[in-house]
Amino acid sequence: MKQSSLGAWIAFILGASYFLIPLLATFEFSLRMLRGQYSFEAYRVVFEQTRFQESFSYSLVLALATVVLGVLIVVPAAYFVQLRLPKLRPAVEFVTLLPLVIPAIVLVFGYLRMYNSSSILPLTGSTLGTDLLLTLGYVALALPYMYRSVDTGLRAIDIRTLTEAAQSLGANSATILFRVILPNIRSAILGGAFLTFAIAIGEFTFASLLDRPAFGPYLQWIGSNKAYEPPALAIMSFFITWAVMGVMQMVVSGRRGTR
Amino acid sequence: MSSVSTLTATQPIEMERPKVDIVAWLGLMPFVLFSLFFLIIPTGLLLAGAFFDKDGAFTFANIIGLSKPSIVASYVLSLQISAASALGGALIGAVLATSVVHGGLPTWLRPVLNTFCGVASNFAGLPLAFAFIATVGRLGVVTLLLKFVGLDLYGNGFTLFNFWGLTLTYLYFQIPLMVLILTPALDGLKKEWSEASAILGASVWQHWYYVSLPILWPSLLGSTLLLFANAFGAVATATALTGASLNIAPILLFAQIRGDVLHDPNLGYALALGMVLITGLSNVGYILLTSRTARWLR
Repeated sequence: MKQSSLGAWIAFILGASYFLIPLLATFEFSLRMLRGQYSFEAYRVVFEQTRFQESFSYSLVLALATVVLGVLIVVPAAYFVQLRLPKLRPAVEFVTLLPLVIPAIVLVFGYLRMYNSSSILPLTGSTLGTDLLLTLGYVALALPYMYRSVDTGLRAIDIRTLTEAAQSLGANSATILFRVILPNIRSAILGGAFLTFAIAIGEFTFASLLDRPAFGPYLQWIGSNKAYEPPALAIMSFFITWAVMGVMQMVVSGRRGTR
Repeated sequence: MSSVSTLTATQPIEMERPKVDIVAWLGLMPFVLFSLFFLIIPTGLLLAGAFFDKDGAFTFANIIGLSKPSIVASYVLSLQISAASALGGALIGAVLATSVVHGGLPTWLRPVLNTFCGVASNFAGLPLAFAFIATVGRLGVVTLLLKFVGLDLYGNGFTLFNFWGLTLTYLYFQIPLMVLILTPALDGLKKEWSEASAILGASVWQHWYYVSLPILWPSLLGSTLLLFANAFGAVATATALTGASLNIAPILLFAQIRGDVLHDPNLGYALALGMVLITGLSNVGYILLTSRTARWLR
């Protein structure tokens, strides 16, 4: 037993160093902006850039819109499929897995062809239309995660009893959905929302090809023009991802605790 | 209001539903419209475009056009990078997951590894490229450290901007993804099975080879396919690392969308069709194979 656990330790330490060394090296690199001393100068410079502030807040708004739209599309669908249209479940699940099969670059290529300014529905002809298209594209990218999260949440509560109880108290379908079901699966929705948020905030391919000033294209611009800001941004986005995942796990374990 | 609600409440629930459940279909409508207009039709039209020429006549010319040397080269390099990072990621990820689940390591390591893998598998794209440039780029911290102790990476032909560099970088999100997919399957291996093997006199290796591996192999192979598809569609990491200098399928498609570098829009559709076929087949393989393992792990 001792020998096998030694092997496991070696594997674990080798793996851990592959993952930790780039992080430490990147952090060290990001501190070297001022010659001859370590400083957080690169971080300060990044935060003061208007382009950083603008692109980050643009992506923030877009990510929040993605979450809202995603919830509005996914929750009613998952609820009615589970409760009243179980025959459609395989078809719906298949559709929600499509974004994993179709590479993002192919999907945005399809958008550009279908919604270009000379088409019937010229969404890319206006700024607002392009923003809408970008948001809907992010909803599509996040669909597999959002749907699975909500579906799992719905399975964990007894939606049939809740629905019948609400119906016998005189609630209509909209009331049941938004005032009974939604609050009961809020932690599942939050879990999906955080993943959606993490996908949308730094996405590059869609934003770049739709030519919107999002955080992803900003990252690419700074990556090809600066030396010390990119590692600083890499460290920041690692910790943002970490924080998002951490909050998500807390939400999920909180759900287990209340049951 | 109260009288109406009392009335409906006293009726059995079944009676309220007409033959076609209009309310349920209405609730499903946003999802149906969304998936039609922003998933199925755009992709369908694009892929159909691969079979038509400029004037809208049916043709296989675009598919045949994919055999151009530059396009074949881009697919080959893409397939190589995806395969190498998938195989490497699957192998290393499997070893890592096994050592944490069955290797007798302290139990607190497990949630740490799991959380870290959740973060690292999502840490792709441009920030990942930045991190690797800062680490093993030409002026990277590790590059300079190794040079200091006498090992000149770049002098020995290493570069971050080719097959090896891209594979090394992709492993950073491939290994954690493998750990995340495989851990549940490893958890499903029952303790009773290894006890039974031990009682019958099998060594640890015999137990793995004759019992665990036959149960796990569909899952291992399926996960490798998923990793393969995952790497094949990755655009941002590759673009940030290499600019447009490396000829791989997603970068070629990116350039084609930006500026019609192939000088033939319909050939671009064929290029997209090829990518969807490759990722689609890998995903189908993943689903079929993992459902095989799932029978054992219930």
